[in-house]
Amino acid sequence: MSIFVDENTKVIVQGLTGGQGKFHGLRNRDYGTKVVGGVTPGKGGTDVDGIPVFNTVREAVEATGATASFVVVPPKFASAAILEAAEGGITFIVCITEGIPAHDEAVTYNKLVESYPHVRLLGPNCPGIISPGKCNIGITSGDIALAGGPVGIVSRSGTLTYQALHELSQQGIGQTTCVGIGGDPVPGTNFIDCLAAFEADPETKAVMMIGEIGGSEEERAAEWIKHNMTKPIVSYIAGVTAPPGRKMGHAGAIISGSKGTAQAKMEALAAAGVHVCLNPTEAGQKMVEIVQAL
Amino acid sequence: MDLFEYQGKQYFSRFGIAVSPGDVADTVDEAVAVAERVGYPVVVKAQVKVGGRGKAGGVKLAHDVDEVRRHAGDILGLDIKGHVVRRLWIERSSDIAKEYYASFTLDRPNKAHLGMLSAQGGVEIEVVAEENPDAIAFLSIDPVRGLDIETARRWVHEAELDEAAREQAAQLLVKLYDCYTTGDCDLAEINPLILTPDGTVHALDAKVTLDENASFRHPEWEEYRATETEDPREKMAKEKGLNYIGLDGTIGIIANGAGLAMSTLDVVNQVGGSAANFLDIGGGANADVMAAAMEVINADPKVTAIFVNIFGGITRVDEVAQGVLEALRRVSITAPIVLRLDGTNAVEGRAILAPHLNDRLITEPTMLDAARRAVSLANA
Repeated sequence: MSIFVDENTKVIVQGLTGGQGKFHGLRNRDYGTKVVGGVTPGKGGTDVDGIPVFNTVREAVEATGATASFVVVPPKFASAAILEAAEGGITFIVCITEGIPAHDEAVTYNKLVESYPHVRLLGPNCPGIISPGKCNIGITSGDIALAGGPVGIVSRSGTLTYQALHELSQQGIGQTTCVGIGGDPVPGTNFIDCLAAFEADPETKAVMMIGEIGGSEEERAAEWIKHNMTKPIVSYIAGVTAPPGRKMGHAGAIISGSKGTAQAKMEALAAAGVHVCLNPTEAGQKMVEIVQAL
Repeated sequence: MDLFEYQGKQYFSRFGIAVSPGDVADTVDEAVAVAERVGYPVVVKAQVKVGGRGKAGGVKLAHDVDEVRRHAGDILGLDIKGHVVRRLWIERSSDIAKEYYASFTLDRPNKAHLGMLSAQGGVEIEVVAEENPDAIAFLSIDPVRGLDIETARRWVHEAELDEAAREQAAQLLVKLYDCYTTGDCDLAEINPLILTPDGTVHALDAKVTLDENASFRHPEWEEYRATETEDPREKMAKEKGLNYIGLDGTIGIIANGAGLAMSTLDVVNQVGGSAANFLDIGGGANADVMAAAMEVINADPKVTAIFVNIFGGITRVDEVAQGVLEALRRVSITAPIVLRLDGTNAVEGRAILAPHLNDRLITEPTMLDAARRAVSLANA
C-alpha cells in the first residue's frame, strides 16, 4: 500500500498553463498519474496536451471527480490557490511553491485547520509525493524511484529527497511512498503525520527520515517515535558541518527549546532508537542491511 | 534580513510606535548636527549587527558638542567583534523609570504567533527565561484572529507592568503586532521598552528581522538591502540573486537546494576537505543562474577546486550543463570543476557536457566519488 495517494488518485494542476505547471504536470501524467484537469482563471475551456483546463477548482472537481490538487503558482498567489482548492472540494493539496511569506503560510494553515479539518496540505516548498508505479504529484523525477516497497521515505529537504530515493533504488530497494514535507516555517504535513501513516501501512516495513538543521521538528518526531513507532527508522540530518545559519533572534531560541543543531537532532533521534547516519550514502547502506534482515 | 537598530526604529515609526527622537550620522560633523537638532543630552550609538555594543565602548552619553565630537570620533571605525562601525545613531537621551521587554515571533511547533512580554527588560531575555521564567508573560495569538486591544490590556496586566505604563504599553503592543504582521517581520523585538519618570512609554531599542519572502510587497525594503552585507563575495552573490554564505575552505560548492548544499558540505568535510562556501542555486535555476554561481565562486581566490552537485527536480540538469558551458565561455575559470549530475534531464545534461570533458572539467557518478575527486584536486 501507499500513504496519502494511490493508483486511483485523480489530480488537478492549479497553474497547468504556466511553464512549470505544464512541464511537471505533463511529467506526472507521463508517469502514470491520473492528471484529469488543470485550473487557470480565464483559461477555462482550453486544454494542455489534451488535459482540460477550468476557470475554478470547483468546476474542475465537479467535472472530473478529482480529490487531489497540485499547486504550481507564484508565491503571491499560492495561499489563495490552496484555500480555493480546499473550498472547491479537494482533500489532498500538494504545494511546491517556494518563497511564500511566513505570515501568509501561518494564516493559510490556520484557516485550513479551522474550516477544512479533513483536508491535508503537503508543503509548501516541497518536492511533493511519489508512490512508485502508482502516483507522482510534484517535481520528483519518477525514474529515480523504484516500485514494490518496503521502505517509506519522509524528508524535509527537496533535493535530499531525491538523493534518498536514488540511494535506495541504486541498491535495488523499493519504496512504498516517498513524501517531501518541505522545510518552510509552517508546513501543512509534518514528520509525525508521515511516520504515523507509515507505521499504519502494512506494506511499509522500514522508514528513512531525512532532516536538516533548524527548528525542532526532528526532536518532536524523536519523542513521538520513542512511544509509537515499532518499525525501524534510518535517519540522516543535513548540516553537521554547516556554518551557524541565519540567527533567529533571541525570541526564536527560547520557543524551540532546542539549539536546532544537527548534533542535537541526531542525539534525540539516536535516543529514540533511530539508526542515525552521517551522510545519505551511509543511510542507504544501513537501510540495505535492515531490509535484508527483514 | 536583519535590520540595524536605526532601521528598526525607522520601521517602527512607520507603524506609529514611539521611539526617541534621533537620526543617523556617518561622520563626526553629521553627529554634531543631529545632536544640535534633537537637543542634549544625547546617546551616541554604534550601528552594528552584533550584541555587546555597550561593553565594547560603542554606546556613549554626550552632554555637549565637545563630548559628541569626541565620542563620535572614537566610535566611528571602532571594531566590535569583527564588525567595523561605519554609521552612528544619535538620539535624545531618555530618563528611565522602568525597563520592560516585548517581542513577537512565529511559534513554529504551534503554528501560531507568540508574544513575549516581561516587566524585567534591559537584560538578556534568555537569562530571564532561564532564571525566572515566570517573569515572562507568553501570549499565543491565532494568526487569523490577530491581537486586539482588549487582549493586549489583559496581557500587560498579567505581565505586571506598572500601572502608569499599562494603557500606553497595550496600545504600543497592538502597533508592534501590526508592524510584525503587516510589516512581514520574522521577529519584532523591543528591549528595553521603557517607562520614563514623566510617565511615557517608548522603544529604546529595536531588533527587527524581515522575512525576505515577502519582499515582493515591500518596495521600501530596497534601502535596507543596500546596507545588508559586508563580505564582498556575499555581496556579489546577493546581486546575482544567489543564496551564498562565505566560509574559509578551498573547495567551492554549488548545489541545488539548501539540504543538498548542506549535505555536500558534510560529505566534503568527511572525506578530508573544507568548503569555501555554501551556495544553493535554488529550485528551477536556469543556465544564467548557474553561470552566475560559477562566476561568484571563481572570484574567491582561496578556491582551488569547484564541486558542482546537482540533483535535478524542478531544476533541469540540461540547463545546469548549459550554464557551466556559458560560464566557461564568459570567464576564465581557474580551478578544476568536478560535477555530479542526477535527476531531471540528467542524461541530456551529461550529453551536453560530454564533448567538453577534460582534466579540468570532470564528472563523477556519485556524490561521494565527486567529493573525493574534488578534495584530491584541491589538495594537489
